[in-house]
Amino acid sequence: MKKPFAITLDPGSSLANHTGTWRNNRPVYVDRLPPCNNACPAGEDIQGWLYYAESGDYHRAWHELVKNNPMPALMGRVCYHPCENACNRASLDEAVNIHAVERFLGDEALKRGWKFEMTVPPCGKHVLVVGGGPSGLSAAYHLARLGHRVTIHEAGPLSGGMMRFGIPKYRLPRDVLDAEVERILDLGITLKLNTRVDNILHSMKQGGFDAAFLAVGAHVAKRTDIPARDATRILDAVSVLRGMETSAPPQLGRRVVVYGGGNTALDVARTAKRLGASEALIVYRRTREQMPAHDFELQEALDEGIMVKWLNTITRVEDTTFTVEKMVLDGAGFPQPTGEFDTIEADTLILALGQDVDLSLLDKVPGLVLDKGAVKVDSNMMTGYPGIFAGGDMVPSERTVTVAIGHGKKAARNIDAWLRSDVCARAPKHELARFDMLNTWYYADAPKTVQPVLDIIRRQSTFDEVQGGLDESNALFEARRCLSCGNCFECDNCYGVCPDNAVVKLGPGKRFEFNYDYCKGCGMCATECPCGAITMTAETI
Amino acid sequence: MAFQPVKFYQTGTFTVGNRLLADSERTVQANMRRTNSLNSGHRACQGCGEALGARYAIDAAMQATGNQVMAVNATGCLEVFSTPYPETSWQIPWMHSLFGNAAAVASGVAAALRVKGRSSVKVIAQGGDGGTTDIGFGCLSGMFERNDDVLYICYDNEAYMNTGVQRSSATPPAARTATTMAVGPHPGNVFGTGKNLPLIAMAHHIPYVATASVANLHDLEVKVMRAMGIEGARYIHIHVPCPLGWGSAPADTIKIARLAVESGLFPLFEAERGEITDRHKLRRRVPVEEYLKPQRRFAHLFGARPDVNTIASIQAIADRNVRTLGLAD
Repeated sequence: MKKPFAITLDPGSSLANHTGTWRNNRPVYVDRLPPCNNACPAGEDIQGWLYYAESGDYHRAWHELVKNNPMPALMGRVCYHPCENACNRASLDEAVNIHAVERFLGDEALKRGWKFEMTVPPCGKHVLVVGGGPSGLSAAYHLARLGHRVTIHEAGPLSGGMMRFGIPKYRLPRDVLDAEVERILDLGITLKLNTRVDNILHSMKQGGFDAAFLAVGAHVAKRTDIPARDATRILDAVSVLRGMETSAPPQLGRRVVVYGGGNTALDVARTAKRLGASEALIVYRRTREQMPAHDFELQEALDEGIMVKWLNTITRVEDTTFTVEKMVLDGAGFPQPTGEFDTIEADTLILALGQDVDLSLLDKVPGLVLDKGAVKVDSNMMTGYPGIFAGGDMVPSERTVTVAIGHGKKAARNIDAWLRSDVCARAPKHELARFDMLNTWYYADAPKTVQPVLDIIRRQSTFDEVQGGLDESNALFEARRCLSCGNCFECDNCYGVCPDNAVVKLGPGKRFEFNYDYCKGCGMCATECPCGAITMTAETI
Repeated sequence: MAFQPVKFYQTGTFTVGNRLLADSERTVQANMRRTNSLNSGHRACQGCGEALGARYAIDAAMQATGNQVMAVNATGCLEVFSTPYPETSWQIPWMHSLFGNAAAVASGVAAALRVKGRSSVKVIAQGGDGGTTDIGFGCLSGMFERNDDVLYICYDNEAYMNTGVQRSSATPPAARTATTMAVGPHPGNVFGTGKNLPLIAMAHHIPYVATASVANLHDLEVKVMRAMGIEGARYIHIHVPCPLGWGSAPADTIKIARLAVESGLFPLFEAERGEITDRHKLRRRVPVEEYLKPQRRFAHLFGARPDVNTIASIQAIADRNVRTLGLAD
């Protein structure tokens, strides 16, 4: 080719110059573990389902949600949302109102009649689930979706366990509970009510079961020795709350004293108020800070006119006169008696001192290990007897519906593996997405959406649900407050900010990849990634 | 009409794209088919703000004109790193003549196009702050004065970076450069010197003047697109941090640019025919220390005994910008 004067080389593109050789650090896309997912006892992929809710695809969001938890309408109402306590957005403005969105998705599913998808063909194994509470239902659901035949034996007259007999209606309306249980049973699960299992090995043999999951809960109320006359009316919280589900609610009288500081104490005090008690007083021997009940529930109770006597024990009851002793905290934070006494007038004493597990069905099972009245299980939820698994309130753990549902899922996966003579492989956990890994500049300012609350008069006299739900517009807003911590949400920042065009955009839903031929390793993509889904790693030479 | 940020869609319009927004509300840079006017393989340093700013601006201009753009480039980093003989990174018609005459050459190109009746083709002249505020200033002022149909874009990295970080008339006070060393009783560049070229451009009463930053892509693209729709002389001044010359981390280029804006030291505004028509309100205002501290060119202000008087003088500049331009709500 004849070239102009002083030109000796052909023109070329700079693409011939692979600037990737300059690099000593390389950016890598990662998925980090969002703190909400990390905190969820039911192992929900919260960030995962919020991703679909953000775009208004509620159906897909719900399907993602129920991969881990079959009861979102219920969970969105009764869960104490540890996810929100862990939420990184709390460090920015306020935590995402995750439970409200979950509830919205659950209600939407019930309203529109969404059904679970069955993907796995039947495998011919039959599993016995003892107990129709949250843990048993969760296990049954997951086992059914893994292809197993499941039969639930429930001792009570209705399903739901403590969700029905422990959680008052004003927190969990029964039509929601019934609908979510029904949808699980629709998977072909057999539920036998009023069927108490007295001897687990016998029941398994008789029914030809290949494995069993025990989740009988903790229904036996703890007692304490309070000197009292026979005439005094002393009830326990469990039987009061259970009585609410029968045709004849318990008669509690005008002035009710509840002894204890847990959530059950609050539930029963609030129930007493709704039943017409003019005075509902909680006596607790420690302080507000030490109360195991959740603070927002205490606040709701106080709003409704429940009174609390902190740092007091009940020492003696005579007819309607209760003697209480003032306590004081010692240096270690334990309450110690002071010798100062006071009296209270009341008609009924309700004990809310916790519950024990009825372990009689396990009497003849060899190899079992007990721990403080609960059944010990290994990391796979299996008891000391091969093929018998246990979960929920009857194993040592925090006793919440969410934990129980998580146990059910975990046990189901391990039962499935055990039935295949396999071990359930657990994927390694990703690194936690901490707040300092985010670039919060990019998130728009947005205050938390507040759920409507029932007015106080109706809260004091009816069992109508206290917390309202979100509607579609504000549920969508709330879902979009998610920061998507640690997981790419395709904001195109890396693609945009690379001065070297070394980020390849793969298209909607397909994320991005790096072109290491040209990436100089400046790290701008990692710095400007809002959600911390890019990490810089040193090149090896 | 100013750029309207979307109030709330997870990240709103702060990020480059946003899967929740309509395509028309995303940036040109979010588009899989952006022109990549300044392509890979260029020899700019890691984290170069100028390479980024040039692609942002020219891609937006290409989008606005249906790819009918020609560019004239002054000598400087941008020219050197993009076109080492015989390679080029430019995917547009592009020419380079001298350090000081980019505006004049662009005026000539525009005149030639007019003579040939090619009214659809638009001309952009571009250069660094040295080629714009110092060496090419006479030619640029002439281009403004004649109201030639050219958009001139200045990529301001506040010194002559290509030749080894010498002071320009855009170097900020107290900054250390090779010619304003951090020595003596008043280390770094002298206070009270230099030029504010956007204000000088406004004094020519040309149709459009704007400042922009690589830290605010939506704003930058809207300004370039608006400029491409206007006839006559237009000027956009884009703040582009230089990791090498400023002594900042390559990964922090956009962060530094954002701190310049949010401290008030680099105000973003638009002006038409000499009058300011819009300004970018500060979102998270920061003291100037936050901007100065991560840059080694200001390291002499900190250390064991911070030079609080100098820092206060720089803060006063930021405060004046905020006050006179109404940057705070």
